[in-house]
Amino acid sequence: MTTHEQGQAKRSGADWLLFVVGFVLFSALGFWGTPALLYAEKPQPFQFSHKVHMEQVSEGCKSCHSFREDGSFTGIPSTDKCKECHSDSPQGNTPQEKTFVEEYLNKGKPVDWQVYSKQPACVFFSHAAHAENAGLECKKCHGDHGDSEKLRTYQQNRLTGYSRDIWGWSILGMGDPPKRMKMDNCADCHRANGVRDACFVCHK
Amino acid sequence: MSLANRYSAGEHRFGMVIDIDKCTGCGGCTVACMSENNVGVLYDETDKIRSITWMRVYQVDNGKPFPETQVAFFPRPCLHCEGSHGHHTPCVSVCPATATDYDPQTGIVSQIPTRCIGCRYCVGACPYHARYFNWFDTPWPAGLERPLNPAVAPRMRGVVEKCTFCYHRYQRAKNKAFLGGGKVEEMDYQTACTEACPSGAITFGDLKNPNHKVAQLAQSPECFRLLERLGTNNKVYYRTTREWVRRLADNYLKDEKPGQVAAS
Ligand code: HEC
Ligand code: HEC
Ligand code: HEC
Ligand code: HEC
Ligand code: HEC
Repeated sequence: MTTHEQGQAKRSGADWLLFVVGFVLFSALGFWGTPALLYAEKPQPFQFSHKVHMEQVSEGCKSCHSFREDGSFTGIPSTDKCKECHSDSPQGNTPQEKTFVEEYLNKGKPVDWQVYSKQPACVFFSHAAHAENAGLECKKCHGDHGDSEKLRTYQQNRLTGYSRDIWGWSILGMGDPPKRMKMDNCADCHRANGVRDACFVCHK
Repeated sequence: MSLANRYSAGEHRFGMVIDIDKCTGCGGCTVACMSENNVGVLYDETDKIRSITWMRVYQVDNGKPFPETQVAFFPRPCLHCEGSHGHHTPCVSVCPATATDYDPQTGIVSQIPTRCIGCRYCVGACPYHARYFNWFDTPWPAGLERPLNPAVAPRMRGVVEKCTFCYHRYQRAKNKAFLGGGKVEEMDYQTACTEACPSGAITFGDLKNPNHKVAQLAQSPECFRLLERLGTNNKVYYRTTREWVRRLADNYLKDEKPGQVAAS
């Protein structure tokens, strides 16, 4: 009997068990541990409820997210917009509102929101093309953020500095918008819709 | 060959006509370009091998002694070559990383610095020295990062950059057109150098649109392109009535006359 054959003969059930336990343990560690290492959690300055506000405004999303005359998108509204209601008397009695009014509104300081969908600096995105011309719903790319009551945790990739929403919440990098918004997600939808194709469509 | 037929199929072919007889060499285009496109000032701008000027003004003279000396200036952006058979832009064909491509719809040669690996093949391939390598990170002195143009992504050390015909202005113009349901008009999309030129020497527009001024001007027999016989089939036309200036635009034999030599 060679040493090799001796080794084969000795492999018992306990060996296999150990292998399986080790495999599962380290896979789990990789699966849940990697995101914790890779992503840093950053707090939003204060809570903001879309649901509460959608009941207050008259023109829906457009009351706060609209287009300027030159076709650019206003994005997140400035505090000037909030002043329309929050300047005189407190609207409710939440500590969130107090923080907002005292720390930002009264001091004239812009709110430093963490933007979940923020793309890298080299990317050009046009809301006019998608929301107006192609008639896509906000939900298609932003999920139900517009109906949300609370701001979810914002996570930032420690290496690239980009929001986790770009790579997506699956650590394997799978999923379609609104779960993920990488270059291939944009390109997949563009190909399906016959949008013109060149680097200088989405890049600047 | 008619102007539009020089280029392959595709909606637009954006291009320029630069009137050398109007250019005073003031450098306004260079400055406007740098501030529009976030091209910074390096530690040593006298080092012209390493400095970056997307729009560079070259000075030439007729080589004669005073008092017959004459001077002319060639402002040189990226010439956005198409190549003679539709698909042979010199820089695009050598890029191993696909960091630059030729947009078949607009005829603009892109440059995606984040994709660039810094090999500089394209710098060598470009017959016009229109491509620049970032030897340094641009030092933005405190406060100078604030007037940066948010529509143009700043670059880092180790990548190549070049003139994009202010492509971000086309994106902006398209945005407006998307909202209004209209089209991008001639004056909606103009490059920064065109707007800055005090003598109106630069005209910009769509060479495929017969209503655009640039398409009308470029037809003139006084217009020519740099190194035409290389077959780069580029989209920046120069205009002059001076024979000696025209001779400098390509390598002519003594007995050849500019304008009568066919482009390959
Ligand atoms: C009262 C003004 C207001 C109204 C009305 C409003 N929003 Fe917002 N929206 C905000 C503010 C403030 C933020 C920044 C905080 C946040 O991320 O939620 C925001 C952020 C967003 C974002 C987040 C972008 C990101 O990536 O961080 C999306 C998407 C959005 N709004 C969609 C909508 C939609 C869809 C509607 C209509 C259903 C809507 N909003 C109505 C004020 C408003
Ligand atoms: C149309 C009027 C209106 C506008 C505009 C408005 N708010 Fe409010 N907001 C309210 C009212 C009413 C409440 C109180 C709701 C409650 O507590 O019942 C409120 C509550 C809040 C609260 C505390 C509750 C929560 O968690 O959302 C915050 C924070 C807040 N608003 C921030 C903002 C900001 C930031 C803006 C500007 C983008 C803004 N609001 C614009 C009417 C408005
Ligand atoms: C095709 C996908 C898509 C659709 C549809 C879409 N968005 Fe966005 N949105 C994006 C992307 C991508 C960004 C990030 C843009 C960037 O960082 O340049 C973004 C950013 C935003 C932001 C943050 C902007 C900022 O300046 O910080 C808001 C607010 C927003 N979208 C609201 C909306 C609303 C409201 C609608 C519906 C009218 C909508 N979006 C429809 C993809 C989309
Ligand atoms: C759900 C589908 C979808 C997704 C996802 C999507 N797009 Fe689009 N996009 C479209 C459609 C459809 C058009 C054509 C709009 C038109 O011309 O009417 C378009 C047009 C555009 C245009 C204008 C093109 C032009 O002709 O100038 C840009 C820029 C653009 N998309 C960028 C992006 C970027 C960047 C992303 C990813 C962050 C993205 N898109 C994701 C569907 C999508
Ligand atoms: C349909 C839109 C679209 C087109 C077309 C497109 N890109 Fe992108 N690209 C994106 C978006 C969105 C991102 C950011 C998200 C990501 O990293 O995937 C991106 C990211 C990148 C990045 C990484 C940048 C960074 O800072 O992380 C590179 C490099 C890049 N693109 C190169 C290219 C090149 C080269 C082409 C042409 C061959 C091209 N892209 C065409 C949308 C596009």
